[in-house]
Amino acid sequence: MSMETPFNRAPITERFGEAIEDLGFLHGVHAFSAPPERIVDLCGFLKEHPALSFNFLSDICGVDHYPEVPRFEAVYHLYSLANKWRVRIKCRLGDPPKVPSVTGIWRTANWHEREAWDMYGIEFEGHPDLRRIYMWEGFEGFPQRKDFPLRGYKDKLNPFGVEGPPPTEPDLATKNIP
Amino acid sequence: MTEVTELSRTAANTPSTKEVLLNLGPQHPSTHGVLRLVLELEGEYVARVDPHIGYLHRGTEKLAESFTYTQIFPLTDRLDYLCPPSNNLAFALAVEKLLGIKAPLRAQYIRVLMAELARISGHLLITGALPMDLGAMTALLYAMREREMIMDLFEMISGARMHTSFCRVGGVREDLPDGFFPKIREFCDIFPNRIRDYERLIQHNRVFLKRTQGVGVISAEDAIDLGLSGPNLRASGVDWDIRRDEPYEIYGEVEFKVITRNEGDCYARWLCRVEEMRESVRIIEQCLDQMPEGPFQIDMPNVAFPVDKDKVHCSMEALIQHFDLSAYGFKVPRGEVYSAIEAPKGELGFYIISDGSEKPFRMKVRAPSFVNLQGLFGAGNAHYLADMIAVLGSLDPVMAEVDK
Repeated sequence: MSMETPFNRAPITERFGEAIEDLGFLHGVHAFSAPPERIVDLCGFLKEHPALSFNFLSDICGVDHYPEVPRFEAVYHLYSLANKWRVRIKCRLGDPPKVPSVTGIWRTANWHEREAWDMYGIEFEGHPDLRRIYMWEGFEGFPQRKDFPLRGYKDKLNPFGVEGPPPTEPDLATKNIP
Repeated sequence: MTEVTELSRTAANTPSTKEVLLNLGPQHPSTHGVLRLVLELEGEYVARVDPHIGYLHRGTEKLAESFTYTQIFPLTDRLDYLCPPSNNLAFALAVEKLLGIKAPLRAQYIRVLMAELARISGHLLITGALPMDLGAMTALLYAMREREMIMDLFEMISGARMHTSFCRVGGVREDLPDGFFPKIREFCDIFPNRIRDYERLIQHNRVFLKRTQGVGVISAEDAIDLGLSGPNLRASGVDWDIRRDEPYEIYGEVEFKVITRNEGDCYARWLCRVEEMRESVRIIEQCLDQMPEGPFQIDMPNVAFPVDKDKVHCSMEALIQHFDLSAYGFKVPRGEVYSAIEAPKGELGFYIISDGSEKPFRMKVRAPSFVNLQGLFGAGNAHYLADMIAVLGSLDPVMAEVDK
C-alpha cells in the first residue's frame, strides 16, 4: 500500500488556493475538503483538466454526523478513466443541508443526488427532478438520518415502530386502509 | 388496463398521435424484478421513460449501522443475489483496508475463484434471460442447467446454494472441501463447450439479431456521462476493468483478456457477457493451478474466528475468542475507505466510515445496477415499446441491488 499520491496536486491548489483543504492520500484515494459553493467549480475543473481528467463520477453519498455541527456531509467519489486515479471530495453542510447540484457536469449524478435527498434530506440546488427515489411519495422524514429510529415511527402500516411525532398530514398511502 | 384501451382507441379514431402514459411493471416478467417504468408513448414509440424504483428497498445501509462487521456479510449477500461471493469480497476488502490487513494467499485464491464462479452464474442468467424476454425460451432453460452446476459447487463449498456468506474479514470461513477439485475441473472442461452451444443457438439467430443489433445504442461519451460500468460500459468501447486496472487480491497474477466491443447496442452488451464467461473459466483454471497450500484465514485472534473449531470445546482461550467475536465483534480503527471491485454488473464499491467502534458509522454501497439502470436515459434514439424490453434486459439490472 503506497502512501504516495500518484498525481500532481499543483494545478488544483493553484486554482483554488485556500478554498479547499488537502486531506491526504489513504487507501488508494486522495481526499479534499471543499465548501459547498465551490463544489461545481471544483468538479468541473477536475473533469476538464487535461492532466487530471477525473471524468467518471463513481458515487455521491450523504452522511449525517449528528450531533456534530455542521451536521451533514456530501461525499463525492471521482475516478479518472485515463489515469486510473481516484479522488474524494468531502463537503460539510449545515442544517438544513443545501449544496449545488453537479447534474450539469455528469448526468449520472441525477439518481445519486435523489438518493441523498431521499435518505438525508440534502437539497441539491439546480437538480432537474429532485424527488424521492426509494421511499414512496408522501413519506415523512429522512430515514437514514441518525435521529430517525431504525424501526421507523409507529403508524397504521408500521405497528412495531417507535412512538413518535404524529405525521402532520394524513399519509396518502394509508388513507384507504380501514 | 385503461391506458391500453385508450391507446388502441386513439390509434383507431384519430390520425394524429396523442401521448399516452403506460405503466410497465412493477409486476411484469420482463422487468427482472419489481421495477416500474412509467412510459410516455407517442403511438408505438417511447418518448420518455421514468423508472420508479424502491419496491425492494430494505435499508441495507441503515441496517448495517447497527450490525457488527461480521454480521454485515449476510446483508451484502442479498444485494446482488445472483453473485453473493463478489459482494462479500467487496465488503471484506473494504474492512481489511481499514484494518490494514490482507488475507492469506490461499484465501485470496478461494475468494477469486468463487467470485469468478459467481460472475459466470450472473452472466449465465442474462445470457438466457435476454433471449427469453425477446421470445426465445430455450436458451434460458439451458443456461439454468449450467447455473445448477455452479449452485452445486457453491453448496459444496459453503453449504448454501445462493447466499453463501463465505468470506470473513481476514480470510474465508473454511477451507475447500475434499473432492472439490475434481468437481470444478469437470465444470471447467464442460462449460466452454456449453458456451459454444449458446452461441450456436442464439448468436447468429436471425430474430435475435434483428431485435438487438442497432437497438439501444449508447455511445462511449454517454456511457461515461451516465456512469455505466462493467460489461455495459465495455460494450460501448471503453476499456476499463477494475480487475486489471486496480488489481485486488490475486488478479495481478492471472492472465485474462478484457472484453470490449464498439457497437454499444444490446447485442454488444449480450456478446460481451458471453465472452467474459470464457475468460472467467480461464481465471478459474489458473486459480486451481496456482492455489498454494496454507492457512485460509489470518492468524489474528482479535479479528478472526479460531481456525480449528474443535478447539472451542476444549480450550478456554479459543472459547473466549469465539464468544467475544460472536457477541461483540471487533473494533475497526477510525477512518474511512472507498474500495471498489469489478463485480459481474460493474463497479461495486463500499464506502465505509468507521468511528473506531465495532459497527460502521456509515456504510454506503455503490451498487452497479443502480447506476446502470440510468442507462435507460441514454439508450439513445426513440424506440418501439417492444425494444424497451430488449434495452432493459441488456442492461442487466438486479432489482435487489438497485433498491439496496
